[in-house]
Amino acid sequence: MDEVIVEYIRRTVLKIPRDEIMAVLQKWGFLSEAQLQTINFRQTKESISHSVAQLCEESSANIKQAALLDIIYNHIYPNKRAWSVYRMNKTGEETDFFDFRDFKKKFRRQIQSALINVTINFREYEDNAIWIRIAWGTPYTKPNQYKTSYVVYHSQTPYVFISASTLRSNLPLLCQAMVVASNYHDIREMELRSHCLNSLKDIVFKRYSQNFQTNYPLQERNVLTENVDLRINDENSSEKERIHRLNQECFGDGPQPKLDFAQYKLETMFKSDPKWDVLEKKEPFRCLVKFSSPHLLESLKSLAPAGLADAPLSPLLTCIPQKARNYFKIREKKSLHPGNFVSP
Amino acid sequence: MAVLRPFDKLPELNCATILLVGAEGGPQQQLAEAMLREKKDFNINIHLASSLPLPPERDHLRPRIDLIAFVIDIKSKYSLKNVQASLAYVDVRFFLGKVCFLVTGVGRVNNCSVEMNAIWKLGEDYCSPVIFCELELEGIRVATAQRLLRMLQICAGRVPGVSALYFSLLMRNSAGD
Repeated sequence: MDEVIVEYIRRTVLKIPRDEIMAVLQKWGFLSEAQLQTINFRQTKESISHSVAQLCEESSANIKQAALLDIIYNHIYPNKRAWSVYRMNKTGEETDFFDFRDFKKKFRRQIQSALINVTINFREYEDNAIWIRIAWGTPYTKPNQYKTSYVVYHSQTPYVFISASTLRSNLPLLCQAMVVASNYHDIREMELRSHCLNSLKDIVFKRYSQNFQTNYPLQERNVLTENVDLRINDENSSEKERIHRLNQECFGDGPQPKLDFAQYKLETMFKSDPKWDVLEKKEPFRCLVKFSSPHLLESLKSLAPAGLADAPLSPLLTCIPQKARNYFKIREKKSLHPGNFVSP
Repeated sequence: MAVLRPFDKLPELNCATILLVGAEGGPQQQLAEAMLREKKDFNINIHLASSLPLPPERDHLRPRIDLIAFVIDIKSKYSLKNVQASLAYVDVRFFLGKVCFLVTGVGRVNNCSVEMNAIWKLGEDYCSPVIFCELELEGIRVATAQRLLRMLQICAGRVPGVSALYFSLLMRNSAGD
């Protein structure tokens, strides 16, 4: 058991960039300052990880310590995992006082009643975020520390951020445990996924700068007309200002939350020239459109100023932060007027 | 009127005007600044536009345009389409040496979205020289600015004995047909 834990710690240390290893180990707090001083941080990462593993073996690290290191690593680098957002609902009265110990007990009990071979660890952070790490096993094997799911829960909100990694079959059990432990009635997956956890939080808690409709024109015209040299005339300056203004209205001023992609599933009828006679079967044309980008919303924001798209952009693209979703299903509108509508 | 005509207005004293049409944003602006930094003995005006036709409301303020340089960004098919659409708004007399095509982005061959054949054909159809450059590199930008400045000088008639019609020499293919 010990070698497995030590190897796990070593592999976790290997994931950390070399310059940050010292800081992370100090945050972990398992190894004393004296022990940390004996590690030479100028060697290769491989050697550093071996030194750390050696020290942990001497200090008899147990599974709880190893799990804590993993939580700390994922807290500092949450963008390595893919996160989905879930929303819990409850009917009835307001939330009563949140008891962390009670929550932990109920959560553990709920999961272990279905599957005994799990490792569950909790850690509470200052911003009321509770990080839960679960390493899954099967009814017949011990928990595999490399197959972990993470849950981030802000106790004052109904939102849960889950990074399930490989074992999605345990997801229903996880959701059930969350609902029971936090005294809610049910849980629903929102169609919102990304690698950047902080941006997901920004979108869901409405922390990004939103545009507010104002009746007064904004005062920062001088940003565009800063052309120092009068010998350079921009013929399209009024058009550029219009695009800039529309962009401001759509996206607001501040930095956008970071999303990786937006996916649109189309189930609409193919509208073509009747004489082409394509697809007479009159079935919906199934099509999936996916926009991916390192920073989707910023790139959408810069499409119109770069001249690559007309302003204003389609509301299907600009509604992403407001509707808090990046998976859409577009179906035919079944009414007198043909058109498209976005399903809730 | 929507079509740009070369000799509709009177020239200004000691002045030449170049119109850069095409890819928006940074490259155009930087090229304009590079041109302004060059040493020259006449005044120049640089007009930047993303496409033609030019907005009619500023027509009376605009000086006579001596040289039009269409900027095509090889990384964007959209810029080629834009330039092709804008060419319809240029009077045919401009194409006697007062138009040139500036193709930028050739430093990044793997990001190429525009066919070379399309560009050569464009140059041949409109009897105008095609200049390849990479406006993101400082040195090439300065060199391109110097070339454009020299062409502008000739198009504005400031070099005695040389007229814009001589630019057809720039188009002669070395394969010789």
